[in-house]
Amino acid sequence: MEEKKHLFDDPKNVKRLLAVFFACVVGLLVLNGVYLYLAKHHVIHHHAYYEWENFWGFYSFYGFVACVILVLVSKYVLRPLVKRREDYYDQ
Amino acid sequence: MTSEIVMAADTALATDLMPALIFMVGGLLVPFFKGRAKSVYMLLIPVVGFLNLIHIPLGDHHHLFFGDFNLVLLHVDRLSLLFGYIFHIIAFITVIYILGFKNDVEYVAGFFYAGAALGAIFAGDLFIFFVFWEALTLGSVMLIWARKTPKAQAAGFRYLLVHAFGGLVLLAGIVFHYSHTGSLEMSLMTLSGPGSWLMFFGIGINCAWPILHPWLTDAYPEATIGGAVFLSAFTTKTAVYALARLYPGTDLLIWIGVGMAAFPIFYAVIENDLRRVLAYSLINQVGFMVVGIGIGTELAVNGACAHAFNDILFKGLLFMTMGAVMHRTGKINATDLGGLYKSMPWTCLFCIVGAASISAFPLFSGFVSKSMVMSAVAHMSHNPGQGALVFVWLVLLFAAAGVFHHAGIKIPFFAFFGHDAGHRVKEAPLNMLIAMGIAAFLCVFIGTFPQYLYSVLPFPVDYEPYSISHVLTQTELLFFSALAFCLLLLSGIYPAEQRAVNLDADWSYRIGGKKLYHILAGILNPLNTGCEKVVRSVASASAFIFKDAPARIALFVSVNIWLVFGIRGRYLELRKSRLYNDAMEGTMPIGLGAATAVGFFILIYILN
Repeated sequence: MEEKKHLFDDPKNVKRLLAVFFACVVGLLVLNGVYLYLAKHHVIHHHAYYEWENFWGFYSFYGFVACVILVLVSKYVLRPLVKRREDYYDQ
Repeated sequence: MTSEIVMAADTALATDLMPALIFMVGGLLVPFFKGRAKSVYMLLIPVVGFLNLIHIPLGDHHHLFFGDFNLVLLHVDRLSLLFGYIFHIIAFITVIYILGFKNDVEYVAGFFYAGAALGAIFAGDLFIFFVFWEALTLGSVMLIWARKTPKAQAAGFRYLLVHAFGGLVLLAGIVFHYSHTGSLEMSLMTLSGPGSWLMFFGIGINCAWPILHPWLTDAYPEATIGGAVFLSAFTTKTAVYALARLYPGTDLLIWIGVGMAAFPIFYAVIENDLRRVLAYSLINQVGFMVVGIGIGTELAVNGACAHAFNDILFKGLLFMTMGAVMHRTGKINATDLGGLYKSMPWTCLFCIVGAASISAFPLFSGFVSKSMVMSAVAHMSHNPGQGALVFVWLVLLFAAAGVFHHAGIKIPFFAFFGHDAGHRVKEAPLNMLIAMGIAAFLCVFIGTFPQYLYSVLPFPVDYEPYSISHVLTQTELLFFSALAFCLLLLSGIYPAEQRAVNLDADWSYRIGGKKLYHILAGILNPLNTGCEKVVRSVASASAFIFKDAPARIALFVSVNIWLVFGIRGRYLELRKSRLYNDAMEGTMPIGLGAATAVGFFILIYILN
């Protein structure tokens, strides 16, 4: 009996999803630029607590870098330090 | 006991019941019901509790006069009411979730535990608070033991020891505080003197502060499926409530909270057990609340409370979805899961809602509360002398990105997508789906219409989460976190899940304790044996001397007397040996011993 094909069994769908996602990411950066431009010319009110919030793509950059650092530190620093065999505590 | 115990319901209506008692007593009766009646009865408990709660007027009720003490069993104000509402809501949802398990221990323990939490948050003074605080430990440990695996039993014991210790620290703090101030009032404390510090740390243990935290990540993943949902709601949030009531504006809390928000996300990335990942992210979320309480402004405390409210819902939801996965597949490790969206699409959908909420996507609940804390920190950092708060803000932003990474993406991705582990199971049972559905609905509802939540917060709210800039920047933060995940995964850098144990601070008492025991045993045991030898030889030697000497004295006296009476030869030898043996074996007539003692005393008396 052949199993029903599911959404992501087809690699095309995965590619489509990724394409949509990458488009969103680029779109957000564009929106951010437009927003800051309008705020700079006082078309819309922009309230920022810190100066760097007015840099184009600050949050994007921060989010990306934060997660890369998070993963690299977890993988290359924390895991070698704390990883033990699964039965470590049972011995 | 002659103390008078008088119960008096003063201003309250006679029908006002203590919310805690409805749950605790109601729960004890659960085993007496069977079949459908049992389900109906269990669902009625939180409903009746809620109806009772909304009819209790603000203020103090149910005084208990005990000797000189005037104990207040029930104190209702906006802060306790908020926690009261959410505790009833999550209890109702969790009861629906566990209806299928048919495990009376879990039912009774769950109600007892929820009741204890309600008792603690409505406690009108420190003593009553402490009593329910201890009950909280009892209820929760039963939920861990109800799993009945050896691992759960061991984790339960460790959990019990840590919380028993925490309870004692709290009690010591209360006693110090009372002896110092003469008051048991649950009011604002400042960190001065041993009483307030000990209470602070006692609460901190239940709040899972860094280094004091491993009881949580150790024990919660070992609890029963429903137990973990209960546990995720009550213990830490009761501690958050206590901090919000007793220690708002305590600077130290800001730094403790930052630590809580930051360190668990690293562990969450490499952890394989998905419920343990959630346990780490629970600490991370409580970190945001603790920072808010540390800031202490109205906005910050509102944010902390709102986030506690939301966290109970979305963390409960996430634990429910992982529980459902565990229930159907019998697996919980990321290495054993994947591709479940095919067979459990609804659970998958609810998990994604929970993940979006904890990650604070716009229109989901985390968005409207986490940002309050962030804004309060940013606001405060502009005050003179508070520049260090800029660093706090940056770390919180890092943690906000990180939580999306591990709880928002990792949990749904490894369980429901990713590599297909080949599980072809049934969708979660209907009662579980209903419970998850209600929680998911509330997450979206609160995220979309935050004004209802805002209206029940402790202070008036002047905050609008949905500004263009906030929506845009938060979406950017999250999408680029997702981008990082995506690229790291595609490039193969993302760490593969591995079957392993990751050491945490619990090492100190699980292995460190054992090692310390061996070291101490190595030093102290020989010392002990040596000392025993010395003492024994000294004792036996002195015992011999003390028997031998009087015997010889007696011989000396007697022989002279016998010589005077003309006893000689073999007869004398026989008498001598008989006397010596009698003296050494203590078989001398008692009168003789007494006479010697009396003589000795007389001698001393004369010499003095």
